[in-house]
Amino acid sequence: MTEEPSAEESATPEEASQPLDLTAEVNLRQELADSGIAELLDGFSTELVGLAPVKKQISETASLLLIDRVRARLGLVSERPTLHMSFTGNPGTGKTTVALKMAEILHKLEYLPTSRVISVTRDDLVGEFIGHTAPKTKEVLRRAMGGVLFIDEAYYLHRPENERDYGRESIEILLQVMEDKRSELVVILAGYGEHMGQFFASNPGFRSRIAHHIDFPDYSSEELLTITEKMLTARSYQFSEPAKEAMQDYIERRRQQPLFANARSMRNALDRAILRHANRQVNKGELVTISDLMTLGPEDILSSRVFAENPSEKNPTGDQYSLPSLPASPQ
Amino acid sequence: MRLTQGTFSFLPDLTDEQITAQVQYCIDNGWAVNVEYTDDPHPRNTYWEMWGQPMFDLAIAAGAMMEFEKCREAHGNSYIRITAFDATGGWESLRTSFIVNRPAEEPGFALERSMSSGRTLGYTTRPYSADQPSGQRYQ
Repeated sequence: MTEEPSAEESATPEEASQPLDLTAEVNLRQELADSGIAELLDGFSTELVGLAPVKKQISETASLLLIDRVRARLGLVSERPTLHMSFTGNPGTGKTTVALKMAEILHKLEYLPTSRVISVTRDDLVGEFIGHTAPKTKEVLRRAMGGVLFIDEAYYLHRPENERDYGRESIEILLQVMEDKRSELVVILAGYGEHMGQFFASNPGFRSRIAHHIDFPDYSSEELLTITEKMLTARSYQFSEPAKEAMQDYIERRRQQPLFANARSMRNALDRAILRHANRQVNKGELVTISDLMTLGPEDILSSRVFAENPSEKNPTGDQYSLPSLPASPQ
Repeated sequence: MRLTQGTFSFLPDLTDEQITAQVQYCIDNGWAVNVEYTDDPHPRNTYWEMWGQPMFDLAIAAGAMMEFEKCREAHGNSYIRITAFDATGGWESLRTSFIVNRPAEEPGFALERSMSSGRTLGYTTRPYSADQPSGQRYQ
């Protein structure tokens, strides 16, 4: 396959040779409506709670792609923008979710041929012995072609303390393909802020090849409450009024405790509340209404260990989740 | 003599664009794409060397084309073909196979007659390139 730009990407010779009509007008609003991007972005911002900087970045990207398309049609040079991205943020701030949405948007904008997302970690890219890494990384890249390659906890790829670590080989292949196959692949690196900072500092090649660094802020307590309600609605549950207040209280308390993972902690809390709710209904052993089956009561939430007198005695919520740490890197 | 075999054997050599389109067709059908090469043009040589493993689970042809380009860099003066394997129950075999690269010069085949008892004639073909040991042909 050749690297020549296709007709969509640059002006065709016939168009380029004619003098451009500088007064020709394009109705951008019409253009926006035709492309279906507006609805897509609207859906995106109502579906996802908070994340203002992320939404801003995505709508900017969408505008850029739209203008590029119009420019190309009018015979102006439009170079394909590089869209490799890095998502940094604390656990549970929606990096993976946004990556999935991003793939969908880029596909609708005709930037990517498919909306598939291949989600990988170090294990999938780096081999176990000499000569194992390159085929492994290439296989992943081949599968990801045409969509988004989402590398979770990307900083594990590079282990600075081990000179002979195979991660380096994997990084080199990644960088080369990110450069050569820009039109077929978007790479998204994701990870926790600090670690990603260190990772980029020790891999300047990555930093320069990634145009968009998007930081995912922590959710506010109100946003977390909205998120829990959305999660419940998606599972045909709802809060009773007192339960909602209890949840508010729960969120405030949970934030203060260690290993808080934003929306992920909320999902775990809801899972446990739903468990208690089910148990409570069964123990009641009587007739239940649909409303009973749908509505979480305050007791389902208040019996959480977060409300215990001295929550610091043990792992307060039973969350299995813990923050990863880069081993032996200079802090 | 221009070697022809497999799908599209009556057509002129495919361009890279056409190859990409054919590979995409294979992928869209859910077939696994393979790149194979050989320097033995004999028609009965069915087992060609595989360039890497079969490529499953591709979305677009670019991934397979990347491997084909690598193979062409390494074995530019050999025959390279792309095959597509259909794993569907009942098929479990190749659905298509076409030549995508050939040596600059193809010397062709010799027709050999062997005479045996009772003036019986046996015929066989032998590629001229097979005079050289494998790896030293088409240089």
